[in-house]
Amino acid sequence: MNKTEKTALCGMLIAVAMVFSYVESLLPPIVAIPGIKLGLSNIISLVALYLISCPTAITINIIRILLSAILFGSGVSLAYSLAGGILSLIIMIVLYKANHFSIIAVSIAGGVFHNIGQLLMAVIILGTSSIMYYLVVLWFTGILTGALIGLAGGLICRLLPADIKRKLEK
Amino acid sequence: MNDKQSRSTIKYDLILVGILLLAGAAIFLALFLGKKSGGSVIVYVQNKVIAQYPLDTDRTELIHGLSNGTNLLIIRDGSAYIEEASCPDGLCKGMGKISYDEQSIICLPNKVVIEIVSENKTEVDIIAK
Repeated sequence: MNKTEKTALCGMLIAVAMVFSYVESLLPPIVAIPGIKLGLSNIISLVALYLISCPTAITINIIRILLSAILFGSGVSLAYSLAGGILSLIIMIVLYKANHFSIIAVSIAGGVFHNIGQLLMAVIILGTSSIMYYLVVLWFTGILTGALIGLAGGLICRLLPADIKRKLEK
Repeated sequence: MNDKQSRSTIKYDLILVGILLLAGAAIFLALFLGKKSGGSVIVYVQNKVIAQYPLDTDRTELIHGLSNGTNLLIIRDGSAYIEEASCPDGLCKGMGKISYDEQSIICLPNKVVIEIVSENKTEVDIIAK
């Protein structure tokens, strides 16, 4: 893949991730607790991490977060998303590189740490630690949504035709 | 990328998820078992302390909030909650019962806040009657 192809691919994936997160925001909240989301755009992060490269995954994720916040969010939502996104990326990359974990496990960890990151940022911004009680709920929903996203990501990685995967790798 | 994952990861996966689940349980215990039952309820209207009531005595109080808004505060069995409110959204009624330190119920339209504090703390600087 030459640079142009790679740029185009990244642009497309960022756009898809943004659409995912937008569609997600339209769905009615399943749980009464604010901030519980499926995190569909993390499917893109996972697939990028597993099928393309680490730097690409990082780039796509960060740009997607920035653009989503600019278009749909606020300064505060940017802080939350960035905190969650960066923390989850770090743990996912570490686990991925360790080479001992399946994509589902990586995604589970990513989900949990995404929520931890967001909650920590909320504690910092709101200046109160009383919301720490949310951590319990966010922890387990992070595990659950991480597993679901990991399943979806794993399916994509498995079902993509081999020649496309080979092209993505380079 | 296929070959990387063809080796069995299941053992490590289970260990990781197991650790996460345990950590989650630990967090739950740490946060929810360490809570002390609060001693009293402080009622704020427009950020001024209106009253303070102990949690151990059942009572019913009508709080007068902003612009003739009212909230009915019930203290029963060691918890406090809002049963009736004049505000249009009624979110304060839906906030449930509170009984632990730092928990609070807020009624934004009436600018009423009820908060649990521990027994020895009295935040009462001003009482407006």
